[in-house]
Amino acid sequence: MVRLATRIGGLTLANPVMPASGTFGPELAEVMDLDRLGALVTKSVTPEARTGNALPRLAETENGLLNSIGIPGKGLAHFVAQAMPEWRRFRAPLVVSLSAPSVAEFARAAAVLAATPGVAAIEANISCPNLEEDGRAFAMLPETAAAAVAAVRAASALPLWVKLSPNTADIAAVARACEAAGAEALVVANTILGLAIDIETARPRLGAGMGGFSGPAFKPIALRLVWQCAQAVGIPIIGVGGISTAEDAVEFMMAGASAVQVGTASFVQPTAMLDVLEGLVAFCARRGITDVAQLVGMALPARERLAAE
Amino acid sequence: MDTAPSGFAIAQVACPVLESAPVGGRYHRLVVAAPGLAARTRPGQFCHLLCRDAGGNGPFLRRPMSVWRIGADGTLGFLLHVKGRGTAALARLRPGNALDVVGPLGNGFSLPAGARRVLVLARGVGLATLAPLVGSGPAVHAVLSARAPEDLMAAEFGASSFDAVFDSDGSSSPAAVEALLRRRFERERPDAVFTCGSNRLFLLLQRLAAEYGILGQVALEQQMGCGLGMCFCCVRDIRDEDGHVTHQRVCREGPVFDLQRAMSW
Repeated sequence: MVRLATRIGGLTLANPVMPASGTFGPELAEVMDLDRLGALVTKSVTPEARTGNALPRLAETENGLLNSIGIPGKGLAHFVAQAMPEWRRFRAPLVVSLSAPSVAEFARAAAVLAATPGVAAIEANISCPNLEEDGRAFAMLPETAAAAVAAVRAASALPLWVKLSPNTADIAAVARACEAAGAEALVVANTILGLAIDIETARPRLGAGMGGFSGPAFKPIALRLVWQCAQAVGIPIIGVGGISTAEDAVEFMMAGASAVQVGTASFVQPTAMLDVLEGLVAFCARRGITDVAQLVGMALPARERLAAE
Repeated sequence: MDTAPSGFAIAQVACPVLESAPVGGRYHRLVVAAPGLAARTRPGQFCHLLCRDAGGNGPFLRRPMSVWRIGADGTLGFLLHVKGRGTAALARLRPGNALDVVGPLGNGFSLPAGARRVLVLARGVGLATLAPLVGSGPAVHAVLSARAPEDLMAAEFGASSFDAVFDSDGSSSPAAVEALLRRRFERERPDAVFTCGSNRLFLLLQRLAAEYGILGQVALEQQMGCGLGMCFCCVRDIRDEDGHVTHQRVCREGPVFDLQRAMSW
């Protein structure tokens, strides 16, 4: 038997495998049992309704995917009234991804979620543009990231996860700033900005121009980001970026992730998360590992890991 | 929707390929053994196909493909226009290879209660989406539009009653098709109309169906990511009950939409 229970701050998950925000919805319950997952993570909820970006919204590459969906949604009030009853059908803890265009809006929305039954944690998506900083993402700089995190922390007692962006010069500094501002866990990382051009029309393949790159080709970059963050902070890290197999998940855990999120892989293999979970158990059993937590940080340089702890 | 033995409405199945053959110069037919899926698939639904040949070559994402044949013998058929990497990989599959299928997906056609005769208007390979209506109950009359006679695929459609119109002789022009449809509606008014494959023909049918007061539906296509409703890549403009234009997912709220609520694409 392999022990799978995973502690992420104040929350204990049945296992360390969960979906990545934006690539998942209750629709997947028509394909598999969602209660086998460690947690459920919603698409980012925004305070106001949004129509999303111009089409096309996806462009595939050899081994990955560019997207510029634009966080379409019906807004926070609709989410609380209409989507939450559907999410409450599931037993797995519900993590609500929250995105907002300003620090004040982050705080206001977090307070609403804190008063909503059935929300187990907030995942603050600080990769969205900050309208008060000329549209630069909160996650680009330690100061703006910390301001958003502190606002959510002050407005809500819910466990707070913060999703970092690769689109920053110094992710370790951003990670430390978020930890200091009250983050209980870091989700590392969101998609990295990329571009594809249709050479027949000489225009970007995505309607919005640039987009976020994800999928297997992005994995080495995400893994490096987890490795850097794990050595910078003491709070748990949830690894995400290009994970499609159990072997990928083991790599992320060895790099310092306590849990993993599976995103783009679910588009190609709808049951990818269960495949990852089953493969993780098989790997641990084969290696005589009795608790999946033993994998966490196995590959980190020992000195730095001790310092972080 | 009824469910698979597993209890899940949608399944991912490695289906043995039974037939794989070119149709004319540009199309290809694939028939696979899929007893569980075939039993649960309704006309107008689609599957999300992993487009990898026997060597594993093909694009990263799956491709949505209308179900062309729902066999009582537990087979599913797909009729492809071979035009990109995905369909080229599918066309390389041979009997005995496996096709990885996720389905059935989306909402199929709905026939008005007591419908005795319907008309379908198809352009090109759009006829594959409409073909399962043949044999679903009502008598089907088809108007099939193609570039030239060699592209028609009337046998693949399977209706005994059809008109064929072509670009090559000018008979597929909107004015000519409108005259043909008006004659048909006045002589033998259908209880419902269905279309797929052409924006121009969709607009024509939408206008005529409104004028004659005939219910109709259109099957739309769109680039997809997940095929399940999670990624919001495949939205199209659709009018809601109040006439407001909203984004709806082709994979989830569609691919079949009310003819009067769908909009030009």
